[in-house]
Order: sequence, then C-alpha cells, then structure tokens
Amino acid sequence: MSDERLSVRTQVLLWTAQRASAAVLAICVVVHLATIIYAVRNGLSAAEILGRTRGNAAWAAFYTLFVAAIAVHAPIGLRTILAETFSWRGRALDITVLAVALTLAMWGFRAVYAVLI
Amino acid sequence: MSTLCVAVWRGQESGRFQEFDVPRRESQTVLDVVTYIQRSLDPTLAYRFACRVGMCGSCAMTVNGRARWTCRTHVDKVGESGRLEIAPLHNLPVVRDLVTDMTDFFDKWARARGQFQGGTTRKDEFARVAPDSPARRLADAAIECIGCGVCYSACDVVAWNPAYLGPAALNRAWTLMNDARDTGNRARLAAVAGDAGCHACHTHMSCSERCPKQIAPTASIAGLKRATIAAALRGDLGDG
Repeated sequence: MSDERLSVRTQVLLWTAQRASAAVLAICVVVHLATIIYAVRNGLSAAEILGRTRGNAAWAAFYTLFVAAIAVHAPIGLRTILAETFSWRGRALDITVLAVALTLAMWGFRAVYAVLI
Repeated sequence: MSTLCVAVWRGQESGRFQEFDVPRRESQTVLDVVTYIQRSLDPTLAYRFACRVGMCGSCAMTVNGRARWTCRTHVDKVGESGRLEIAPLHNLPVVRDLVTDMTDFFDKWARARGQFQGGTTRKDEFARVAPDSPARRLADAAIECIGCGVCYSACDVVAWNPAYLGPAALNRAWTLMNDARDTGNRARLAAVAGDAGCHACHTHMSCSERCPKQIAPTASIAGLKRATIAAALRGDLGDG
C-alpha cells in the first residue's frame, strides 16, 4: 500500500463530482431505459440500435452526456469500494481507477461516435 | 425468582463468551446484571462504569448485538427471551472482557480539531450569542454528546476505514463550526474533509439511530459536507 494520497481538496472535489454525476445519471438512466423499452423491436443488437439512432444529433448529445457521467461516476465509486473492501489505498489505487475511467470513456465515446457518423 | 442466562465476553480480541445465571429483579438494568456478576459470581470480570445514571457515558457495551448504555438499558427491554449477550463495544481494541481502549476514539476528536479555539482575552467583552440564531440552534442540536462511543461502535464505515474520524468527532467539529466565538474553522474544515473525514460517511444513519442522546451525527456530517464543498470550490481548503 502506498502512502501517497491525493490532496484533501482533490478528495472533496472527487466526492462532489460523483454526487453531481449521480444527479445527471438519475435522469439519463431513466431516459435510457424508457427508450429501450419503447424502441426495441427485434432484439437488442448494434444494428437495431444504430439503425434507429444514426445521424441523430440529439441522441448523440444525450449519450455523450451519459457516457461522460458514467466515466466520472463509476471510477470514483469503485475507488471507495476497493478501499473499504480490500484496504487498498494510495497512488496505485488512484492510477487504477483513472485507467478504469479512461477505458469507460473510450468504450462509451466510441459507441457515440458510431451514432454520429 | 426467575433467572437470566447471561453470556459475557471474556478475554481480549480473542476470547469466548462465558455464561452466568443471574437472578432476575424488578427494574433491573444491564449494568445491574454486569455488576452482580462481578460482585457475586466472578470478581475477575473487567468492565467500566461511573455515574450509573446516563451522564458519564462510560458504561457503553454491546448488548444482544447493539451498542447501548448499559445503565439506561432495562433488562425488560432487551432480555424478553430470558437471555442476554454482553460484549465490548465494536470498532475499538479490547483491553479485557468488557473494557475497550478509547484512545483512538478520542485521538480522532483531537484530529478533527474538536478543541474550542477562542480569539479573545479576559479583557474583552463577553460574546453575545442570540439563543434563537440559526448557528446557535445548529450547535444546540449537536452539543449534548458525552463521548460514550455508541455511535462509533455502530458505524460500519469505521469498521471498513480505520482512518475515518467517526460520527462523534465529526459531530463535535460541527458544533464548533457553529460557535460564533471559535476562530479555528478554516483549519477545522481541512481536518474533517476527504477520505478519512465527513466524505467517507455513507449516510447509513446507524449513529443517529443508536445515539442514546438522540443526537443526529448524520445531520452534522451533512453540514460539514456542505461547508467543505463550498470551501473546496472557493479554493480555500488547504491540507489539514
């Protein structure tokens, strides 16, 4: 376990970012689930989804916001879960969850890019 | 006269429950039961108490799985089945039997800057604090804590995060934040913020549920969260 810790201010801003992203997700998840239930006709496939959303700037903007909120929210929560469950704290943990954030953002924005083009 | 079967923790971190039969009496408290065991059945039993009337906060133990003041817990309320299980408080090292080491608990009060820090001398006028001012009301809601450790013992986050300051220390910090005479709030906010401070609280509210004084440390912690976020956004939250 490393003793290098984020500054107190950074810790507080991370907590704030997680709460703010949770508020965004509360709306996005409801819209997302309602849209799935309403729109899916022939199973949940990439072709089905892209066929209905491709080229639609509004959906691209919505999912850009959704992905950004997930990429902020999930890794900060994971950081707390890993710390409390495995007593894993310090620089290595922070770098790991930053990698998770970048991976989630990359996967998510790749899907949004497919909607845009 | 009926008897009560009482399982009492013996030993330190490792140990076992020892069973005693204790005569059941009218208006009997759990502290009466422990005292009977020590005075009449086994004088080697270690436990801690002082006032016996809910003022000192030293007799808190885990009774049938819940942290309580034993002096203010009647057997009628917890021993309906004719059986009691009495253990030391959780989340604190056990010295022996029912006695815990409160050092960490009180060190965290100091780490949360729980000391009053005044800015005046005896030559200055008395501070005038209106009893109905919003800050005084907030301080009133939290100020009656007597440091018994029940909330600390009931808190899951303390168990998961040993550096966490805990509900009592944070509640104390919140009373001082609302004390118009105190001048230490800037450093106090830095001391109570972050992963080991108020932001570690998951709002389970076990502290508020179990507090024998009906204080709500969860509300105090929420107040600290608001104050520290405002300071962090202003860039006024240095490392404490």
